Amino acid sequence: MLYFSKLRIIIVSLISLFFILFASSNFFKTSNELLNKKINLGLDLQGGSYLLLEIDNTPVIDQKIQNLTIVIKNYFKEKNIRINNIKLINQKISFSVDEKFKQSVLDEFTDEESNINPYYPRFKSHQLDILEKNNSFIVNYSKQGIIELKTSSQDQALEIVRRRIDEIGTNEPNILKRGNDRILVELPGLDDPMRIKSLLGKTANLTFRFVTNNTEDSFGAEKLKYEDSTDEAVVSKRIILSGENLLDAQPRMNNETNETVVSFTLDRVGAKRFGKATSTGIGKQLAIVLDGKIISAPVIRDTIASGSGQISGGFTFQSATDLALLLRSGALPAPLNIIEERTVGPDLGQDSINSGIIALVIGFILVILFILVKYKIFGLITNVTLIINLFLLVGILTMFEATLTLPGIAGIILTVGMAVDANVLIFERIKEELKNEKNNLIAFDGGYTKSRTAILDANITTLLAAIILFFMGSGPIKGFSLTLGVGIFTTLFSVYFIARLLTVLYVLKNKEKKGLI
Amino acid sequence: MIPFNKYYNQFNFLSISLVVVSLLFLIFKGLNFGIDFKGGTLIELRSSDTKINVSSLRENLKQMNLGDVSVKNFGNQKDFLIKFENSDNKNIIEEIKKSLDNSFGNNFNFRRVENVGPKVSSELLKSGIIAISVALLLMLIYIWIRFEWQFSLGAIAALFHDVTVTLGLFSLLGLEINLSIIAAVLTIVGYSMNDTVVIFDRVRENLRKYSDIKIFELTNISINETLSRTLITSVTTLLALLSIFFFGGEILKGFSLAMIFGVIFGTYSSIYIANTVLVRLNVSQKTIIKEED
Repeated sequence: MLYFSKLRIIIVSLISLFFILFASSNFFKTSNELLNKKINLGLDLQGGSYLLLEIDNTPVIDQKIQNLTIVIKNYFKEKNIRINNIKLINQKISFSVDEKFKQSVLDEFTDEESNINPYYPRFKSHQLDILEKNNSFIVNYSKQGIIELKTSSQDQALEIVRRRIDEIGTNEPNILKRGNDRILVELPGLDDPMRIKSLLGKTANLTFRFVTNNTEDSFGAEKLKYEDSTDEAVVSKRIILSGENLLDAQPRMNNETNETVVSFTLDRVGAKRFGKATSTGIGKQLAIVLDGKIISAPVIRDTIASGSGQISGGFTFQSATDLALLLRSGALPAPLNIIEERTVGPDLGQDSINSGIIALVIGFILVILFILVKYKIFGLITNVTLIINLFLLVGILTMFEATLTLPGIAGIILTVGMAVDANVLIFERIKEELKNEKNNLIAFDGGYTKSRTAILDANITTLLAAIILFFMGSGPIKGFSLTLGVGIFTTLFSVYFIARLLTVLYVLKNKEKKGLI
Repeated sequence: MIPFNKYYNQFNFLSISLVVVSLLFLIFKGLNFGIDFKGGTLIELRSSDTKINVSSLRENLKQMNLGDVSVKNFGNQKDFLIKFENSDNKNIIEEIKKSLDNSFGNNFNFRRVENVGPKVSSELLKSGIIAISVALLLMLIYIWIRFEWQFSLGAIAALFHDVTVTLGLFSLLGLEINLSIIAAVLTIVGYSMNDTVVIFDRVRENLRKYSDIKIFELTNISINETLSRTLITSVTTLLALLSIFFFGGEILKGFSLAMIFGVIFGTYSSIYIANTVLVRLNVSQKTIIKEED
């Protein structure tokens, strides 16, 4: 254990220098691509918001199954199969057929090439489950069908969330999928999470519909409330225009009324439909409905063929800006709920960094002094190793651009406290060996060899705990397990290569000295 | 040599009593779960007006129908921690901000806001329990592989003691259990294991060396031989933890406190629980010789 080849010394030194270089790259700027890396600060240190959004898929699934009723009706009509009594019961489609059609309906649903019931070979499952009893059928989404729906609404929602956040212009947002109905949003350095939260909380489903007085509109009608008052109006369910037809939306100042409005531009289809609706509907009220509430319902005075218009509704400049932003970035497929929020202000983050660093420095000094008093020259060796260990740890975190959190700093401090353990184990063992062994070299060699299994076992158990934490924990806790886990490797490296090298050099010089340790 | 083995019975009795009392506390008093595991909202405020105090803040918040509101100072006189249960109102933070600004002037800085929904909190609790259980299980298996089942049992008894008594102490003192406490408990598991393994390693070595010394004596020899290491490592770890506790800021207080308890219990349990299990299971040279066949 005491022999070190020149090559090994060079390799160990190079590795140490390499990581020390990386560690120090946190403190100065360099144009070198490879070296220009920094440890990322977690949201708890630099300030920012962590939002976990859950997609409420119930309305989507309800809507889909409602649409499916019509699809099934038309599909079998085309195939000349007569189905009777098709209706929705408890969000399931039920219908009946004559005996002679029974098999062909079943075939349509169970065929792997089926157009009405897509088959997912990957999951060996159809989109829909069909249940037959006495010539009547009940159709419902299969488990896999629901998962597919959720995944696709998650994809769409993710895209819209990204667009909305990009529009606000936060720096380096992190937007990730979680499970099949959640989206994780991390927004570093955000000072006003309220605005983002209110923007993400809106579905932004915009429709233009006529206000109707007669409730027997052929499309059906519904009573809707105004956004800013308790007034109600009956609005047709027939949609003239929807948010999808918008090309652009911007907040504007209307010079005539001195009011803030949102002006919009329509695509070709939208412009055509808007022109037609405004020409046939002069004198009628056109309600502009956002997420089930009427923003305003102006009376149509003229045909608008230009494909652009304005929405007024007592906006402030801020609310007009936000509405325009929502309309530009599109509607969410389903409502989003914020189920977890963690926001840290930038000044608290800075305070945490400061107190973390103070705790690290003080903890470090205390440990170093204690070890120095306890082991004298070997304490010095341990301390030099400890400092290099710290550089290695920071260097590795920097190289992988890992995220440092406040518990992560605690992990580093704890590593400092526990890193000396291996050296202590070795030195105590050497002391024991020296009791029976006059030869310093043999005693030192024995100390290293005999303490090895204990050191390995002890470190592996801590590593196991760190690994579990890494996989189970989120954000800050992950940061803790990361520094603790990486710390174990750097500790073993520094103890077995650096500390041992220094020890060997010292012992070889003082072969004959008594009471060496 | 310190005759640790003289007090095996007394300390075993003490350990068992501690575990039983802790379990009783956990069952009847329960743990003070923070919003991570109970759900709810937490706000950390800093006021620039020294006249504002806990009771005036509490009065103001009471009028907002937040349900059960807790207001406390957080570390110093100008920092406050407000906690309340989940409300259906999505704009609650904004409304609190407005209400406070109206009553006290624009004197508040919202330093931290955390809101955990009921679904997330129950998931976090579940994954916390799973993590600790998996950790205990992995340790059990690891020691079983590296040593013999008797050692594995001893190590797990020690771990179970450390985790239960630390949590029991948290229950007794009414300290808050949040995500970082789970991290602390897992680290304690790792640390206590670390301590136990070092002594076990020595026990095994001595078992091979001496065939004529009974395990009762042998454990005592092994504890004494590793004692200085056990103490030095505990001291350096405690120095690091005390430094976090006193200088690392309010957020890390609970975490470092749990770890400090854990390190103390862990050191104690490796001496007085893990070893006594070996004694009671009458481990002898045969136990480990079999392993080497």
